[in-house]
Amino acid sequence: MSGHPENAPQHCPGTESEDAGKASACAGCPNQNICASGAASVRDPAIDIIKNRLSNVKHKILILSGKGGVGKSTVTSLLGHALAGTNPDINVGVLDADICGPSQPRLLGVRGEQVHNSGSGWSPVYVTDNLSLMSIGFLLGSPDDAVIWRGPKKNGMIKQFLSEVDWGDLDFLLIDTPPGTSDEHLSAVQYLTEAGLSGAVVVTSPQEVALLDVRKELQFCQKVGVRVLGVIENMSLFICPNCSSRSEIFPATTGGAPQMCSDLHVPLLGSLPLDPILARCCDDGRDFLQELPNSPAVTALKDIVHKIVKSCEGTSS
Amino acid sequence: MLEDVKRVILVLSGKGGVGKSTVSTQLALTLKEHGFKVGLLDVDLCGPSVPYLLNLENHSVHQGPEGWIPVYLDTEQKLGVMSIGFLLSSRNDAVVWRGPKKTSMIKQFLEDVCWQELDFLVIDTPPGTSDEHITVMENLRQVPQCSAILVTTPQEVAIEDVRKEITFCRKTGIPIMGIIENMSGYECPVCSECTNIFSSGGGKSLAEIAKIPFLGSLPIDPRVGKLAGQGVAAVKEIPNSNTSKVFSELVKHLTESSANGES
Repeated sequence: MSGHPENAPQHCPGTESEDAGKASACAGCPNQNICASGAASVRDPAIDIIKNRLSNVKHKILILSGKGGVGKSTVTSLLGHALAGTNPDINVGVLDADICGPSQPRLLGVRGEQVHNSGSGWSPVYVTDNLSLMSIGFLLGSPDDAVIWRGPKKNGMIKQFLSEVDWGDLDFLLIDTPPGTSDEHLSAVQYLTEAGLSGAVVVTSPQEVALLDVRKELQFCQKVGVRVLGVIENMSLFICPNCSSRSEIFPATTGGAPQMCSDLHVPLLGSLPLDPILARCCDDGRDFLQELPNSPAVTALKDIVHKIVKSCEGTSS
Repeated sequence: MLEDVKRVILVLSGKGGVGKSTVSTQLALTLKEHGFKVGLLDVDLCGPSVPYLLNLENHSVHQGPEGWIPVYLDTEQKLGVMSIGFLLSSRNDAVVWRGPKKTSMIKQFLEDVCWQELDFLVIDTPPGTSDEHITVMENLRQVPQCSAILVTTPQEVAIEDVRKEITFCRKTGIPIMGIIENMSGYECPVCSECTNIFSSGGGKSLAEIAKIPFLGSLPIDPRVGKLAGQGVAAVKEIPNSNTSKVFSELVKHLTESSANGES
């Protein structure tokens, strides 16, 4: 996607260059023939289709984390509810790009719904009047169905989601991703860069084994040129419901997200505490913000949302 | 390269962050404590955690006459470890690879590592049912003594993904040894009240519904969390903990079934 194949020689002119396949450095490169034929410089037509399709989406935000199970999907659903809840005129879409383990239909409480096809594309499932969702979960016949696909098929699905879903006018499109730095992430960035990607929100938990992978994700963002809107630390403290004492279940032995953010010069958006009721709301697909509007998690979340909105509006103007 | 491996144990879960790597490393360490010769292969290429968990960061893999020589945890070479983490120059390096490159790396891990004779090879996997899993499964099809342990946490959102992994195992013909439920309850260190943060019992009921043996539930134990990054077995450090009991049982189960020639 950078125009330089992974196996290219050091002085590769780039696949989109006029010299592709013809420069002296190209001699002996396994890609020489295909570059010389001009096939490599042809743009993927989907990029323009997606740009066109998403032209009415103001802010496109990726939710990333190198690590699994830190709360990407939970944070995505909370952000979705929080953004849509502030103002009925703000339209929010959520795209679940986790093909092998889609969690959004459950978290947003719309399991078992169907996606309808119309002349203008796939209609997403509406959670509320101004919050819509698209996920592969809606296309599976049974919750036991496994999506056993290699990369190219997953990429094709993501391409379809981006090019064929009829979101209508959106203020925010939140894209929930699986853990890692591989096909889904590369494809999402590749297809969205032209359409204008506002940036990425990176989710982590405080312990080193998670931060280790999240640092890799931050490096990924740097490599592919995606702006990091900020880092959210999830599961940071546990408040015992019985005695209200605070304890660190996943201790931040290496300083947690604050230390990582200052080391790598990325903004910290805030920390969300570990709340058993929040976990239960997620399982049942209820809106935690409405269930417990005064909890510490909601207060922290509102602050985070405020920062994200400000950061997004700062780029678009 | 796997002809001299007596048993292969795949540690799987559709969901991320449920404790696959913790279970893999503790299982390998417990087997080692019982005197077995163990290999641990980390096929999570984008997020390798095993080198950190075993305190083996900054070690590197050497090329021997018969293939890659794994990194050994101990001088007697009872526990050998292979991970992409040993091949990266910095711990912050991201492996930004699409499927085909991941596939060829895993093939190399399965074919070119010189494990020598092993009683058990534990394979830690990333979440999902995609390239890494398909590749491992395709390459292990010829290995008859292979079975899978599924790791889950109790909440529905994790169970949902693990159900997909069960389907994956059934479709690809990998026998499932059982399910381990991790993070089932947390005992407040101040008042000892046990809170089921991520609810409870989900793993057990999933095992019943799917007719798969239930191998035990591991509580959230900060003492076990602290073992991360040290490379010591829970059975050795905190022998009276529930975690140690589950792993001891698991090893007993493994050795008995191996002795009976089952898989």
